[in-house]
Amino acid sequence: MIEVKGLTKRYGVKYAVEDVSFSVGEGEILGLLGPNGAGKSTIMNIITGYLSATDGTVTVGGYDILEHPGKAKAHIGYLPEQPPLYLDMTVEEYLSFSFQLKKLRLNKGEHIREVCQKVGIEEVQSRRIGNLSRGYRQRVGLAQALLGSPPVLILDEPTVGLDPRQITDIRNLIKDLGKQHTIILSSHILPEVQAVCPRVVMIHQGHIIADGSPHSLANSMTVGRRLYARIDGPKEQVRSLLEQIAGVEEVEELGPREGAFEWAILPKEEADVRRPLFFALSRKRWPLLFLQDNEMSLEEVFLALTARAEEQARLAAIEMRDEDLEDESPGEAEEEIV
Amino acid sequence: MKAVLHRELSAYFHSPIGYVFLAVFYFFSGYFFTLTCLRSMNASLSGVFAGLFSILLFLVPILTMRLMSEDLRSKTDQLLLTSPLSLTGMVLGKYLAALLVYLLGISITLVFALVISTMASPHWPVVLGSFLGALLLGMAMIAIGMFISSLTQNQVIAAVGGFGAALFLILIDGLGSYLTNETLVALVMSLSFYQRFQSFALGILSLSGVGFFLGVSAIFIFLTVRVFEKRRWS
Repeated sequence: MIEVKGLTKRYGVKYAVEDVSFSVGEGEILGLLGPNGAGKSTIMNIITGYLSATDGTVTVGGYDILEHPGKAKAHIGYLPEQPPLYLDMTVEEYLSFSFQLKKLRLNKGEHIREVCQKVGIEEVQSRRIGNLSRGYRQRVGLAQALLGSPPVLILDEPTVGLDPRQITDIRNLIKDLGKQHTIILSSHILPEVQAVCPRVVMIHQGHIIADGSPHSLANSMTVGRRLYARIDGPKEQVRSLLEQIAGVEEVEELGPREGAFEWAILPKEEADVRRPLFFALSRKRWPLLFLQDNEMSLEEVFLALTARAEEQARLAAIEMRDEDLEDESPGEAEEEIV
Repeated sequence: MKAVLHRELSAYFHSPIGYVFLAVFYFFSGYFFTLTCLRSMNASLSGVFAGLFSILLFLVPILTMRLMSEDLRSKTDQLLLTSPLSLTGMVLGKYLAALLVYLLGISITLVFALVISTMASPHWPVVLGSFLGALLLGMAMIAIGMFISSLTQNQVIAAVGGFGAALFLILIDGLGSYLTNETLVALVMSLSFYQRFQSFALGILSLSGVGFFLGVSAIFIFLTVRVFEKRRWS
C-alpha cells in the first residue's frame, strides 16, 4: 500500500532523513518510533506530499506522490503533529470544509456525524474550535483525517495532549481502524507503539536502525535468552530433572532464595520450555514460585540500539580523524608547529 | 477551489478584518463623495475615484496580510497542501475571496452613481470606466499583497510589506520628473499604476491598461504558487 524507497531529505548540509526505505502492506499498522528530531515527522510529511524529498520515491496505493499527487493524496488521511485547525470555525464548519477540500462524494451530514461519533466529539460539534481543550482539538484533527474513510492513515503522535482515558480510547480506535485501513503511526512513547503496532520501525538521526515486531526486536537484542525459575525442591534432583526436559541446553544454580533454589535455564534456540517445565515440576509436586525470562522491553531495545548507533558514529568519526592525521606527513606538521 | 474560497470569505467576516476594511473604505469613499460631488454640486464621480486611488493602495494590504501568513503560522497549510486540491486551486481560491471582499467595497461607488442619478446624469461611461479601473487595480494589488503574505508567517510583516509596495507605486510617479534619461523615464512611467488608473477614471477603456493590470495579477499569482512549490523542495 505504501512504498518508500531510498528517501533522503537534506536541509543544506544537514540530512534530516537519509536513505530510508520500507513498505507497508494493506491493513498493516506500522509504528515509527524515534526520539524527538529523529526524522519521523519529515518522513510523514514527505509521504503525504507536504514536503518533497531530496532523493527517493514514495508511492501510495500504486500512485507516485510526485507524479500523481491528486490521486495519491486522495488515498491518505493525515493528522500532522500539530492538528491543522482553523480556530475561528466550529467543528462542524471545519469538518464540512475538509469534506469539500477532499472532494468527497458521500452524504455530507451523515458522514460527518458518523466520524464525529467514532472519535467522540458529537457533543462539541457546534462549538468553536478555538474554545476547545487540547484533547478535543486533537480528536477534531483525527476526525479530519478519517473523513472519506481513506485507505491509508498517517498519524503523527495522535495521543499527544490527551488524558489517560482518552489515550486508551484513541489507541483502541486505532487498533480498530487497523482492520480496514493501512496505518503509519509515529510516537516517541514506547508503550503506545507496543500496545498498538504489530510492526515497529525505529528511526534515529534520520536512519532506520531496526524494523520488525516488538517481540522479534526484543529477541534479536537479547543476548543469551534465559529463564529464571525459583523452585521449591531438593537441589540435585531438581537439577537432573531440569536437564532432562526437552529443549533445555544448560542449567545453572544461582543460590538459595525464600527457602528454595533459584535456577537459570538456557533453552536451545527458539525452544519454549515453560510448558514442559511446569508439567515436569507439577508431576513431582515441586512448587514453582517464580518464573521470568530476560527478554528486553522495547524501551531497553530502543536505548540499546540508539546507544549502538551513536557509538558507531563516534567510532566512524575517530577513524576519519585518524585517516586525516595519517595523510599529513610528519614533516609538514612540524613546520606548522614552528 | 470553491471550498477554499468559501472558507476564506467566512474567515474575513469571522474576524474583524472584513468589517474594518469595509468600514474604513466606506468612510473614505463617503468623505470624497460628499466633498467632491454633493458639496460642490458636481455630477461626475472622477473626484471620488481619484481620491480613492491611494486609499485603495493602502487598504488592500489589510485584506491580503493574513491570506497566506495565517496558514503558515497555524500550520493549516498542511491541511491544504496534503489535500487532493492543486496548489493553483488553493492560491486562486484565496485570491478570489480577497477580490470578492474588495468588490464589495468598491461597489459603493455604484451606489453613489445611483444617488446622483436621482438628481442629475452621473455620466455612466466615466462611472463604469472608473469602476473597471478600480477593479483591475485591486486585482493587481491583491495579487502583490498575496505574494508578500506567502513569504512570511507574520501578518504584520506581510502588511508592512504590502504598504511598502503601495508606497513604492505612489512614489514612482514623482520619480519620473527627476530622471533625465528618456528610456528610464519611459520604463518608470510604464510601471506607474496611477497613470493607467487615470485613463480609466477619464472614461477611456484602454486595452493596454487592462492587459497591464491583468498581467501583473497573473505574474504575482504565479509567483505565489512558486513560493509554495519552492518551500516544499527546500
